[in-house]
Amino acid sequence: MSYLDNILFAILLVVGFGFFTASVKKIIRNINLGVDVDRKDNPKARWKNMALIALGQSKMVRRPVAGILHIFVYVGFVIINIELLEIIIDGLFGTHRIFAPYLGVVYDVLIASFEILAILVIIAVVTFWIRRNVIRLKRFVSKDLTGFPKSDANYILYFETVLMILFLLMNASDLHLQNVPGGYSHFHKAGSYPISQFLAPIFNGTSNELVGLLFEVFWWLHIVGILVFMNYLYFSKHLHILLAFPNTYFANLKPEGQFDNLASVTKEVKLMMDPNADPFAAAPVDENAAPAKFGASDVQDLNWVQLLNAYTCTECGRCTSSCPANQTGKKLSPRKIMMDTRDRLTEVGKNIDANKGVFVPDNKSLLNDYITPEELWACTSCNACVEECPVNISPLSIIMDMRRYLVMEQSAAPMSLNAMMTNIENNGAPWQYSQQDRLNWKNEN
Amino acid sequence: MSESLVVPTMAEMLAQGTQPEVLFWVGCAGSFDDRAKKITKAFVRILNRTNVSFAVLGTEESCTGDPAKRAGNEFLFQMQAMMNIEVLNAYEAKKIVTACPHCFNTLKNEYPELGGNYEVIHHTEFLKSLIDEGRLTVEGGQFKGKKITFHDPCYLGRANKVYEAPRDLIQKLDVELVEMKRSKANGLCCGAGGAQMFKDAEPGNKEVNVLRTEDALETKPDIIAAGCPFCNTMLTDGIKHAHKEGEVKVMDVAELIANAQDL
Ligand code: SF4
Ligand code: SF4
Repeated sequence: MSYLDNILFAILLVVGFGFFTASVKKIIRNINLGVDVDRKDNPKARWKNMALIALGQSKMVRRPVAGILHIFVYVGFVIINIELLEIIIDGLFGTHRIFAPYLGVVYDVLIASFEILAILVIIAVVTFWIRRNVIRLKRFVSKDLTGFPKSDANYILYFETVLMILFLLMNASDLHLQNVPGGYSHFHKAGSYPISQFLAPIFNGTSNELVGLLFEVFWWLHIVGILVFMNYLYFSKHLHILLAFPNTYFANLKPEGQFDNLASVTKEVKLMMDPNADPFAAAPVDENAAPAKFGASDVQDLNWVQLLNAYTCTECGRCTSSCPANQTGKKLSPRKIMMDTRDRLTEVGKNIDANKGVFVPDNKSLLNDYITPEELWACTSCNACVEECPVNISPLSIIMDMRRYLVMEQSAAPMSLNAMMTNIENNGAPWQYSQQDRLNWKNEN
Repeated sequence: MSESLVVPTMAEMLAQGTQPEVLFWVGCAGSFDDRAKKITKAFVRILNRTNVSFAVLGTEESCTGDPAKRAGNEFLFQMQAMMNIEVLNAYEAKKIVTACPHCFNTLKNEYPELGGNYEVIHHTEFLKSLIDEGRLTVEGGQFKGKKITFHDPCYLGRANKVYEAPRDLIQKLDVELVEMKRSKANGLCCGAGGAQMFKDAEPGNKEVNVLRTEDALETKPDIIAAGCPFCNTMLTDGIKHAHKEGEVKVMDVAELIANAQDL
């Protein structure tokens, strides 16, 4: 009978991690729907990026208030995982604070720092909530952040607050029982509690049995909460707590101004320019070649890094708030580009799930159904969004690939751009001047 | 001002059996746009004065393809690129200097994969190196004590991380260099990049160049300096929009240097 708790706990862990694994698998499958692109070069620079940007939060602190508060929450999250390990072992074996005897003073320091972080997390989360809901910072109230994305952000904040409060209450009841004269059950003295020692007195005058029960309740709610939260990630922008790491690792290392040269185009252009090529010969058949489609109209045309980007986006809107097009009232919002890409990718994934592993065309696409040409054409390719993103996402690369589709597959560029391109083709300049006049400036006054 | 410019072409150099130290890539704006031509000439005056051996392609130069590429026309871009590379490689070009950040970025970053490998430098970096080598000396001259703010062109700054060379040059003029609230990596686009120069803006409530000019005017400058012919045009338009053309001038860094030396 006494093992019931432990068995129940084990089942809970298996279910929690089982669902989580299933979600992770789905995410990986969906990301792999993207076109391949090589991001394995230069591992040294990649590890460095990850260490600085994901682990070190170096780009977060460009906005100091949010940056520092975010570091509290982030460090709190990382460190609480150490605590979690102990909770899991205690839960499985019915022990109490199993690490305490082995770590000695270190254990006291650890528990104390968890407590301090917990309170800092609460402070940060409350500030975040105020920024979103009371001060209503512009980038959090824009029209691309309504409905679920808006509530999602608040749910996360509520969740974190509740988890931290449960953690502190758990410690407080623990501390109370540790200090019961004569000792209570297996609650031996362990740990140091700089915050919850102030909460512990609320249990004074309560029977030991009741406090013991309350401890159990806090303990269970805390661990169940964490498992639920972990499984909520799949649906939430909070997925970034995991994906920020691979995302910064695989991020573009080339100069921001360097756009990729489409290899499929290179082949054709070389053929066109080769004076020895027979213009009437049939194009050589390449068995491995995917049907040539230039640019992207749907998520499957994007590369896997762009899809990983979409899952990683934290919807913070730093990109949008620095976008010149957005600041001047145009429809373009780089954050929306990322959110749309993720929404469409989720939709495609569901379609595949519903159809036994194959995608059945649904007469929809990322282009038009989610992102309109008007948004795409407003981009100045200035890279402000890329520079600003705290997790190295490039909304611009998606915008460019979709422009390529509009121009090369649909010939749907704005008229004035077509005129510019005709000029380049005919005169070697975007304006209608003759190439023969290129040096005229030399003799003009 | 009156002495005429010496502008040899690569073809002429080749005929004489010589190679210039550097090939000056003029760019479409620098060749055809009336305002940008002044920048081109200012830069050439400095080259002439410092006896830098340079040459241009002249009628053999063509658009790098940057606006086509940013507009999404990869075909046209690569055709332009391959034609240009053929010409450049035929002349065995090694070092290229250009006053246009868009040409700079494309030649430097996007041509190598297509077979065009050159050392590409922006004219502000080149002028800086002339000073460092002692080949060019600069004093304040007419700009002494003036308030100048520098607008970072996206394709020079963020795209290629060249922030200091233009600032170093401006500071050589004994002026007060003031930074806008958004500068360097946080700079705001002038609104011309990504082929926007060649089309109408999408509907909004303001033009990007107007917003950027407001940033610049907040610093109460005498001169707004730029290092890009397109930024120059956009900011000049912005100044007109704000009815400040009497008080504030938009000038390229090369023009500042040339004028300070009364070239
Ligand atoms: S690159 Fe495009 S989307 Fe990104 S900030 Fe600049 S204009 Fe906006
Ligand atoms: S793309 Fe980056 S900057 Fe933009 S909302 Fe997503 S995480 Fe934030």
